[in-house]
Amino acid sequence: MELNEKTLMRDVLVEFLRERITSDDVTMVLDADLAKCAGTIALEKEFPERALNVGIAEANMAGIAAGLSSYGFKPFITSFGPFASRRIADQAMISICYAKQNVKIVGTDPGIAAELNGGTHMPFEDVAIYRSIPDILIYEPTDVVEFAEALPQIADYPYPVYIRMHRKNPPIVHPADFKFDLKKAHALKEGKDVTIVASGLMVSTALDAAKELEADGISAEVICSPTIKPIDAETICASAKKTGAVVTAENHNVIGALRSAVAEALVENTPVPLESVGVKEKFGEVGKVPYLRKAFNLEVCDVVAAAKKVISRK
Amino acid sequence: MNYDQLRAFARDIRANIVDCIGSLGVGHIGGCLSIADVLAVLYGKHMRYDPENPKMEGRDRLICSKGHAGPAVYAVLAEKGFFPKSELATLNRGGTHLPSHCDMNKTPGVDMTAGSLGQGFSCAVGAAIGSKLKKDGATIYCIIGDGESQEGQIWEAGMYAGSHKLDNLIVFTDYNKLQLDGTIEEINDLAPLADKWRAFNFAVWDIDGNDVEAIDKAVSEARALEGKPKMIILNTVKGKGVSFVEAAKVGSHSMNINAEQRAEALKEIRGE
Repeated sequence: MELNEKTLMRDVLVEFLRERITSDDVTMVLDADLAKCAGTIALEKEFPERALNVGIAEANMAGIAAGLSSYGFKPFITSFGPFASRRIADQAMISICYAKQNVKIVGTDPGIAAELNGGTHMPFEDVAIYRSIPDILIYEPTDVVEFAEALPQIADYPYPVYIRMHRKNPPIVHPADFKFDLKKAHALKEGKDVTIVASGLMVSTALDAAKELEADGISAEVICSPTIKPIDAETICASAKKTGAVVTAENHNVIGALRSAVAEALVENTPVPLESVGVKEKFGEVGKVPYLRKAFNLEVCDVVAAAKKVISRK
Repeated sequence: MNYDQLRAFARDIRANIVDCIGSLGVGHIGGCLSIADVLAVLYGKHMRYDPENPKMEGRDRLICSKGHAGPAVYAVLAEKGFFPKSELATLNRGGTHLPSHCDMNKTPGVDMTAGSLGQGFSCAVGAAIGSKLKKDGATIYCIIGDGESQEGQIWEAGMYAGSHKLDNLIVFTDYNKLQLDGTIEEINDLAPLADKWRAFNFAVWDIDGNDVEAIDKAVSEARALEGKPKMIILNTVKGKGVSFVEAAKVGSHSMNINAEQRAEALKEIRGE
């Protein structure tokens, strides 16, 4: 499919699943009454045997997926982020990961992308929950270009994957011919004074912050780290060694996700000062993204301030 | 196997359970002994499997959702030659293939990992859907506990199975009326259990769960019936077949077994 600024991330997922379901005998998708939101409702009509809706029962969906996997199928399950993580934490842990079942878990509307659904639906903890479970890979797509590159690798990855998927169309930051390695972080902009490691919708924010910093004579390197587990410590530490200071930027609680993964990598390999942009000890709330960015300090100015602060600590 | 042979097979399973748990000195013996008869009927007569090829395509599957009854499953698998009987003495020892709760990645013949209650039933529903998609003609058997039936996920799984008429799914409830902290009735009663499952669009049998003849009859009827998932409520005695375990009642959920008790239990099972 042709990818442009208007392409929705969910449509990339649906097109990929359609292609796989058509060309293999094992790919399946399961929904729990949010198929209209994920876009997968179309697949239920096209492939009624391979695209199932289990109703509002996410735990059962996770278990059914594990059972299907034990039978040789490769199910994707989808729900809003909170219900694809904290609601099914035990099923994901035991029936899927501990039992070594090949299930891909799609949690949509990460963090502030949940917007008007508010605090009950706004996952700032999903990555932290999954990071503590062995084997599972955690991936938060940056834009549709990268996501289209990532999906075949995710599908062919022999372990469970948690996909923290924006449903809509975050800004495209990658060139059309971008080649992605699911296990690698990559520099979107090179710099020498500070490294900004970002994921999800904070990647474009970090790039905007780097431009502002440039105007102030600060050269920032922006590392896009869509895969949060396993973290690409090699790329991040190499950049930290060069710049001597790191800022993390994520649309998630700062405890347990990108900041934690980066901090752990740095402390073990390249200890440098670290500052973080992310949600700090707060629950979600209703609002549109611009309001929520302000409410949770996820704006360009927050990244700029963190960069200046961390440089001052060198 | 005829009924005498099935009864003898159930005695062998009980002896293996006592050996397995007795060798360690502690374990979930009550809820293992209560399901020995249904395991004898399934593995002695109804299920299609190959101990030489535990992952045989199209095999019937048993998912013991009450995963703490692992030693009962190991008892029947060892008896059928999935692994040497001598391994029963490794229960819960470091590095064993026989952990307290069923683990499909450790034990040949175990079809699904279970232990966090309620989850195995959903996995059995997934396997039943998988079998229908593959048209392999398999039957998916699942054993759930009565205490386990207090988990909401049991009813999520049951609702979906009934709604989607998964008639290749045969579920057993080990209705021994006891759970870890007390009786089912005093803690969170399941009654009327048969009515509940009928209301969930299951075909229901409500039988003496320690009578191989009754179990065989119910399973035969269940296998023949189309259009609905099946629930066979096994009214069992927790600890069945070993007097001091039966007498422990609630205490039999997990109890210590010393060498003397082990020998006494084996004598009783063998009718000596």
